[in-house]
Amino acid sequence: MFADYSITELTSIFAMQGFAGLILFSVFVLMALGLAIIFGQMGVINMAHGEFMILGAYVTYLTSSLFAEYLPSVYGSYFFIAMIFAFIVTAALGALVEWSIIRHLYKRPLDTLLATWGLSLILQQLYRTVFGAREVGVTLPDWLMGSYALSDSIEIPINGLFVMGLTIFITVGVALMMQKSRLGKQTRAVVQNRPMAAAVGINTEKVDRMTFALGCGIAGIAGSAFTMIGSTGPTSGQLYIVDTFLVVVFGGASSLIGTVASAFTISQAQSTMEFFLSGSTAKVLTLLTVVGILMLRPQGLFSLKIRR
Amino acid sequence: MFQVSDYSVAYGQSDVIRNLNLSIKPKEIVAILGRNGMGKTTLMKSLIGMIPSKEGSLTLDGKELSGLKSYERVGAGIGFVPQGRMIFSTMTVSENIETGLTSTGERKIPSDLYSLFPVLDEMKNRRGGNLSGGQQQQLAIARALASNPSVLLLDEPTEGIQPSIIKEMARTLKQIRTQRNLSILVSEQVLSFALDIADRILVIEKGAIVLDVPVAEADQATITRYLSV
Repeated sequence: MFADYSITELTSIFAMQGFAGLILFSVFVLMALGLAIIFGQMGVINMAHGEFMILGAYVTYLTSSLFAEYLPSVYGSYFFIAMIFAFIVTAALGALVEWSIIRHLYKRPLDTLLATWGLSLILQQLYRTVFGAREVGVTLPDWLMGSYALSDSIEIPINGLFVMGLTIFITVGVALMMQKSRLGKQTRAVVQNRPMAAAVGINTEKVDRMTFALGCGIAGIAGSAFTMIGSTGPTSGQLYIVDTFLVVVFGGASSLIGTVASAFTISQAQSTMEFFLSGSTAKVLTLLTVVGILMLRPQGLFSLKIRR
Repeated sequence: MFQVSDYSVAYGQSDVIRNLNLSIKPKEIVAILGRNGMGKTTLMKSLIGMIPSKEGSLTLDGKELSGLKSYERVGAGIGFVPQGRMIFSTMTVSENIETGLTSTGERKIPSDLYSLFPVLDEMKNRRGGNLSGGQQQQLAIARALASNPSVLLLDEPTEGIQPSIIKEMARTLKQIRTQRNLSILVSEQVLSFALDIADRILVIEKGAIVLDVPVAEADQATITRYLSV
């Protein structure tokens, strides 16, 4: 399959596809971060995570429309405001969902699966009713348009670079928070041993709610980033949820580095193979490899070495 | 000050603790002895709120605790060191102790905790799971003390720990009592340890207290008879 291309062409193809893969990687990481936090913390598989992301995307779209309407002079900075709004709105919805549904279903993984799946259908229909079935897109500000030409045949889009930078920033932020902050330490204690965490004085219900809200809020930021590379429709989130689960399981649910590494591997493999093979063949190959590796290492790529 | 009255705990329909009464005075160390399956751990777990109680009351300095959640009981002044230590094994030693600070709102670990357990200071940055059994036990006690309790509950602290360390632990517990003016309720199977640290000995059988004597009057032979299978 490589025979039709010259060496320089191949280099360019790998570089461009690799970069396209990095953008996919960014969305995966942001989605998977939230999912891994929620799954690791409470054992809840949030099937509605994709819809939380899309909510963030819609909030971003609304904010950009507002800016275009009322504040066209500062349109270039809408994205930062939109990101904060997206985080707040999705985190608030997350806290509400945890309080009204999830907390009654702890220790019942199948029921949470069903409940969150139902929630995802409800949210999809809600988006369809409110925003219409047609996909919406935001107009990128000028400073995010265009691309750097690295060589004659390699071009790197600026919005992609920006999304990657954002991803790194948020990942580092979340990692620091989990390691250093009090909420992070309390969360880890609850993950390890819920009754014992309560018996040293941690309000586990509050920690659950905060963690769920945080995970959903990060999905909202992922949605903001998503508007830069794709258009937003009521069902766009579903396309990503399976891949994101794959990333979380492959990386080892309790390890942040594992999540990042597995998102990188999967998105790069996917993106590079997609150019030479068809999209579905690429997916089949990725899935087979992941299944094979998980059979050898059921705990995922990374796991802590300690006495249990 | 710590008062348990007409206290019952049940798993479903089967009563494990029946109408139990006990009280602990300030700065007193009380040991509960009993064979396996007599309700020691159930009592301890229900006092901290891991298992709900069925009837009766539990008060600390006059405040009713029996309906409260675990973290609220910790806030009210109960510290708990569980059987099997249950430290957070993936977290470092200092992080483990910091989890105990939650209810006090402090951010820094008080230095007197490290002076009680110097070995924990040396191992601050190791993961809790990689400590030895005796060190984990000290960590579990330090974690419970971080919340500044007025009553410390210890569930079989000597389980799986070598004899020389057990002696040292008895010394540390007595030192904690005088330094921090707290009461200690400890459940035990090892009689010598109980006689060494306690002011008063209780024997629990089938969920009720069947013997309650000051340690000076405790007759080893009688207690041994309760403990032998």
